[in-house]
Amino acid sequence: MGYVGSSVKRVEDPRFIQGKASYVGNIIMPGMVHLAIKRSPYAHAKIKKINTKKAKALPGVVAVFTGQDLLDGGCGPLPCGWNVPDIKTPTRYALTVDKARHVGDGVAVVVAEDPYIAADAVELIDVSYQPLDVVIDARKTTELEAPLVHDDISENTSYEWALGDKAVCDKAFEEADHIVELDLTNQRLIPNAMEPRACVAQWTDTTEEMIVWTASQNPQLIRLLLSAYTLLIPEHRLRVISPDVGGGFGSKIFHYPEEVITPWVSRAVNRPAKWVATRSEASITDSQGRDHITVARMALKKDGEITGLHVSTWANMGAYLSTLAPLIPTALYITLLAGLYRMKGIWGEMWGTLTNTVPVDAYRGAGRPEASYLLERLVDIAAHELSIDPVEIRVKNFIGKDEFPYQTPLAFEYDSGDYHALFEKATSLADYAKMRTDQTDARDNGRLVGIGISGCIEASGPAPSAVAGSLGFALGLWESGVVRVHPTGKVTVLTGSHSHGQGHETTFAQIVADELGVPMTDIEVVHGDSGRIPFGMGTYGSRSASVGGSALVKSAEKIRAKLIKIAAHQLEAAEEDMVYDRAEGKVYVKGSPDKSKPFAELAFASYTAHNLPEGLDPGLEEISFYDPANFTFPNSAHIVQIEIDPETGEVELQRYVAVDDVGNVINPMIVEGQIQGGIAQGVGQALWEQGVYDESGQLLTGSLMEYALPRAASFPKFEIGRIETPSPHNPLGVKGAGEMGTIASTVAVANAVMDALAPLNIRHLDMPLTPDKIWSAMQKVGEAKTAKVEYFGGE
Amino acid sequence: MYSASFDYYRPKTLKDAIALLKKNKDAKLLAGGHSLLPAMKLRVSSPSTLIDIGRIKGLDRIKVSKSTVRMGGLTTHAAVESSKELAKACPVLGECAGLIGDLQVRNRGTIGGSLAHADPAADYPTVMLALGADITVTGSRGKRKVAAEKFFVDLFTTALKRGEVLTEVSVPAMKTGQGACYLKHRHPASSYAVVGVAAYVSLKEGVCSDATIAIGGATTVPMVADGAADALVGNAPTVKVIEGAAQTVAEAIEDPLGDVYASGEYRTHLATVLTRRALTEAFKRAKRQK
Repeated sequence: MGYVGSSVKRVEDPRFIQGKASYVGNIIMPGMVHLAIKRSPYAHAKIKKINTKKAKALPGVVAVFTGQDLLDGGCGPLPCGWNVPDIKTPTRYALTVDKARHVGDGVAVVVAEDPYIAADAVELIDVSYQPLDVVIDARKTTELEAPLVHDDISENTSYEWALGDKAVCDKAFEEADHIVELDLTNQRLIPNAMEPRACVAQWTDTTEEMIVWTASQNPQLIRLLLSAYTLLIPEHRLRVISPDVGGGFGSKIFHYPEEVITPWVSRAVNRPAKWVATRSEASITDSQGRDHITVARMALKKDGEITGLHVSTWANMGAYLSTLAPLIPTALYITLLAGLYRMKGIWGEMWGTLTNTVPVDAYRGAGRPEASYLLERLVDIAAHELSIDPVEIRVKNFIGKDEFPYQTPLAFEYDSGDYHALFEKATSLADYAKMRTDQTDARDNGRLVGIGISGCIEASGPAPSAVAGSLGFALGLWESGVVRVHPTGKVTVLTGSHSHGQGHETTFAQIVADELGVPMTDIEVVHGDSGRIPFGMGTYGSRSASVGGSALVKSAEKIRAKLIKIAAHQLEAAEEDMVYDRAEGKVYVKGSPDKSKPFAELAFASYTAHNLPEGLDPGLEEISFYDPANFTFPNSAHIVQIEIDPETGEVELQRYVAVDDVGNVINPMIVEGQIQGGIAQGVGQALWEQGVYDESGQLLTGSLMEYALPRAASFPKFEIGRIETPSPHNPLGVKGAGEMGTIASTVAVANAVMDALAPLNIRHLDMPLTPDKIWSAMQKVGEAKTAKVEYFGGE
Repeated sequence: MYSASFDYYRPKTLKDAIALLKKNKDAKLLAGGHSLLPAMKLRVSSPSTLIDIGRIKGLDRIKVSKSTVRMGGLTTHAAVESSKELAKACPVLGECAGLIGDLQVRNRGTIGGSLAHADPAADYPTVMLALGADITVTGSRGKRKVAAEKFFVDLFTTALKRGEVLTEVSVPAMKTGQGACYLKHRHPASSYAVVGVAAYVSLKEGVCSDATIAIGGATTVPMVADGAADALVGNAPTVKVIEGAAQTVAEAIEDPLGDVYASGEYRTHLATVLTRRALTEAFKRAKRQK
């Protein structure tokens, strides 16, 4: 049919843009109670007493429960699913019992007849706190005077992790001609999915069955954790449904307290229960992103060859370990520090420390933007200090296209790529040489124009389950896919992946339509309901196409094989003489296209079972569990031009050129949408976004009045190109497109701003690069006017 | 985001609204609701009574005469932004209105609501100060006019007394040789003015005969920078004179506001830069105003 590779319009969009989508918050049930959670206003405090008397007395309040009630009622602690060696995992209850450890830590829950009464009653709960000292900064956690966030975790250090060959690294620095040193902060981000988190639960007393609706990226994982750890309802009596989900960016991967509290309350009061986060609650309870403090050094030869990299990072984990938190700054961060380059001498070490802040976990890119940011900042500074053009220094160090599969010194084996072609395409699309000439002219006129480059790598499509297990994951990272052909030839596709905006209902239908030779309109994609789909691992890490899509390819292959058997039998030909015509959706005898059976007729025959080959089961439904052989490695070249107002420090984005290699592309429109959205999100970190806690642990940017998200009007038109080097690891040859934009754009823009400021000898500023920060830096170096400086001049 | 409970009235006449205000002690007036409702949802504000004046007839009129521009308290930002009459008589009003929030906010938000709320980072108060607006408030004893300079008392506090409704704002229409300009540094999250500067100037035979420079966002109450006006009046508006006037602003700002996004020092700096730019543009316009 040829759907794959074409920009088919998204089949899910009509319901989204017409307000017909069904989100958890839309669910209304007879007799439903509404929950509101009493949250700690302190970042760190001992809970001395909770008085719920007044709240309970308010008309319309059904019940009030505290953390102790949940504990007594059998709730288990929330587990951390990623356990690196010697990790110390703090105990985390759905409602805290002894201490509040961050602003927003849940203390009690009100159950009421409507959400207004619930909110009123929350204010009537009287908690007597004894405030304690607070620690916010990831690096200060180990200081002697730092308070312990958890009494049983000394020095607030949950784990440490390192990778690389220290001896090779040390040697690279001993033999280096030039060393670049940089201290940097990768600031805290708040995910801000459009739809706040929400949970509805319905306990049926007679059958002892629970249904939980939750805005999650992986409902099956939530079901497993609810069943095995937190709620302890047997899996076969527990159904978890994630209906339409309005974005997640990673923040809806994790198992959250409210997913425990809501079903627990439903069972306790024997009524359906509902909790929907307010935007303010989202800011202080959704797992946050990034927050690294890093000290890094890069070793180079004078010709620009990069020989070594030494990285020490303090990763702020927040007050508890969120579900996958230890994965992010370890196996998705240090492993990526080689970037696109051949260098051998890499050593990365990190400490995961606990603070009195909201827990930190995966946020779009998750570890990989942090790796790319520091690596590409260092490369840019090196280029400047060695007077080499930043494109040239990168190209010089690239892994060659003939070197794939390429084993990095950091465990990963890169699948495929052509970084030279990638940069050639980007520089020609941007007309890079002219950009530099124009920049020189602009500088002569006193203008602060900057050009930023980034070349980034990503490890996507997690992951081979055995590898995930060896790195600390308690589960596997395969994916499931069912192709169910109905008697009339219509198809239902069931996937363990989950779409929270990515458009799986379109792309998965494109894949299966092409595999079977049926029209897309005959295919329905079902996801998100554990009562319908097989066990699966959900969506994150740009894995749905490469892992989930491949599972569907495998199942479709099995369907084709079965149809060939049936057709051969009915046409009285040998199986090996049969041709499955995917363009026409029929099976015919080689050399005799007239002797054929159409798809729908074969499907029907499989169900009548009147005339099947001996030993073949009736029916037409296949399931596959696809475990990938490796990660995939998307890569990118982004080129940005910005200009700074020399008086105010304001940054204007003038051009944005992005060339990405995400492998084969199933739907170019969707991929471009992902790249564009990703770029905007990454630029948000470079210029605007920051989760800021004050010394007492109060979040100062907890509302959208202070937390600045990117807006469409802030961007020039994106100039997008791509190259395709198919990944050899999966049958679709795809690599994953969900995160590349975010990974690449943050550092590209940061590099552009620093390039603009280079003539003023401003070497580095931490993000976000706000006007005040830029202006203050310009003030410090003296007159805020451009000096004429030969930059990247060389010979 | 659930507010505390409250009583709700929707009077049809101004008289009824004033009577309700008198009767209900901690009542709040609801016009566009774009400042009040978010505050109530966050439970920062929990008035026991809301008096919705949004449908009182006649309070949303724009009236332009040769000498005066009058806008009813319920005039929306969108109406001010798109009014052709205002674009002729006093274009800076539309310029300011168009910079407020986004289109949805401008469709609902009202000039009376903005002025009565007295957010230090709002746009209208600054412009009203520069234009020397009169603000009409109506109570049970009738109307009184308050000069803009007297109207803004403190953070979120105005000269409105209990039982009074802001019913009209009037500014002089622009005459030959007069010009005004409003510039703001927009907060990337809230869209409020981190600093907003409104400049009004009058030229006679190439010499500045009158000027008012108002600055919002930098201090708890929007302020008039008298020193800047003094530096201009009696002089031809050369680059040097304008720069000199702008420099006086830095000294005039005491205790500037500071937050995560912009320090007090940076706000002060922005005020000087924006003053120079606004003055330059205002003089350009003054030369064009026939």
